Amino acid sequence: MAREAVIVGVGDVPLKDGKVVGGGSVLQVQARAAKAAMDDAGIAMRHVDGLLVAGLWGVPGPGQLPSVTLGEYLGIFPRFADTTNIGGSAFEAHVAHAAMAIEAGYCDVALIVYGSMQKSERSRTLGGRPSILTMQFENVWGIPQPVGGYALATMRHMHEHGTTPEQLAEIAVATRKWASLNPAATMRDPISIDDVMKSTPISDPLKLLDCCLVTDGAGAVVMTTAENAKAHGCRSINIRGYGEAHTHWSIGAMPDLARLTAAEMSGKAAFEMAGITHDAIDVVECYDSFTTTVLLTLEALGFCERGAGGKFVANQRTAPGGEFPLNTNGGGLSYCHPGMYGIFLLIEAVRQLRGESGERQVKGAKTALVHGTGGTLSSGSTVILANH
Amino acid sequence: MSENATYEKPVPVIDPGTKPFWDATREHRLSIPRCRSCGKHHFYPRELCPHCHSADLEWTDVSGKGEIYSYTIARKPAGPVFAADVPYVIAMIALDEGPRMLTNIVTADVEAVRIGDRVTVHFDDVTPEITLPKFTLDKA
Ligand SMILES: [Zn+2]
Repeated sequence: MAREAVIVGVGDVPLKDGKVVGGGSVLQVQARAAKAAMDDAGIAMRHVDGLLVAGLWGVPGPGQLPSVTLGEYLGIFPRFADTTNIGGSAFEAHVAHAAMAIEAGYCDVALIVYGSMQKSERSRTLGGRPSILTMQFENVWGIPQPVGGYALATMRHMHEHGTTPEQLAEIAVATRKWASLNPAATMRDPISIDDVMKSTPISDPLKLLDCCLVTDGAGAVVMTTAENAKAHGCRSINIRGYGEAHTHWSIGAMPDLARLTAAEMSGKAAFEMAGITHDAIDVVECYDSFTTTVLLTLEALGFCERGAGGKFVANQRTAPGGEFPLNTNGGGLSYCHPGMYGIFLLIEAVRQLRGESGERQVKGAKTALVHGTGGTLSSGSTVILANH
Repeated sequence: MSENATYEKPVPVIDPGTKPFWDATREHRLSIPRCRSCGKHHFYPRELCPHCHSADLEWTDVSGKGEIYSYTIARKPAGPVFAADVPYVIAMIALDEGPRMLTNIVTADVEAVRIGDRVTVHFDDVTPEITLPKFTLDKA
């Protein structure tokens, strides 16, 4: 029988006020998340023979070879490594790459890990990319990174399609409602459209409440073969389809500022592999670095026509009780955003498909779409997961 | 203006692939690569044409005219060195020759900037070595 890759474990670490409870180094928190995921799977760490890591930590230094460093720290000797870093969407790509490796017999148990202590370490700034190579044509203008690039895209989308700031605010408000149902979320107090509109302007037209949080965080995902999962008594989540693409990093090189080309490509590939259509998706977890990221992604994935994203999200359609459950953990906007958020999309999708999401559980969720966006609307990776 | 020995904002780290561009701006010329194979200009400068992947490129002076494709007004600075400039405009210009270029719009009225506005290059000699190609609005 052909080998089939499945997700068998997810884990994260608790946060308080956006900081990892008990603190720790970026290696410690990744080890904690990895252990939580392995315990969740019921598979011993010594069985891990594939390690997939992407991060922003330890550079320059040990983080330049992140899987080598983390493998050493965890005391494992992987025979398969993947340090693909296409931004916050890296982890959805890691699921795809691990699936291919597992199905090819290249490894048996794959561990995907991410961690950041950016809030505790106060290492986040709006500037900071050195003006070398491609960035010599971006940095010198004082563009706040990465919000300025997303702001340029938002402004163009508004110009072409008449999208309004209030429509973007709908996303922030709906996402906060989900966060209020998630005890682990950082920001849980309800907000109104008016609160978003009156929040501090950052980079027009984006305001503070259009932007993701800056928090710590660590998460991990474990994958293995369906056969091995059965042997260990794991609760398996099936991987139905995946796709990835990237188009640019410099915002000046984005092919069309009002259109998320990478997500169009990755989404199409994932739906084709899964052999399903949009109406089969029960819950969507999509990267929300900014409200506008969500809008562009929903259009690019084909949940609505291009340019119609603003109307699509109106009237709290994506909120709890709405017809389009989206970012059910509270998202990067209200749950947590430790620099690269994509692994938390996967973790939430798995919990939803297992029916473990408590008050925020989407009743009867069978199929989830997870979509990561990385860089400055640079990369997209889509994974379609199912519990059947 | 503002030739200034104490310029503290980021300056380009010029490399062999980008030196002709920055050499030209220092002479107040906007020069970008054009492909002899497909005829298209591109920016930023690359070794291969991003449109057809030909290596047959030439540096060409362009008009310095274009229009605003998109823009943002920074209400928070990209680090402390830009704090005194807030609010300031970062714009993506569609040059008349085709390529897009990120830049600043030099204006006393940031609120007046709109997508589609016509603009003209305005060279800012920020250090003796570095001249940044900023743009001004053609409208009064
Ligand atoms: Zn060409």
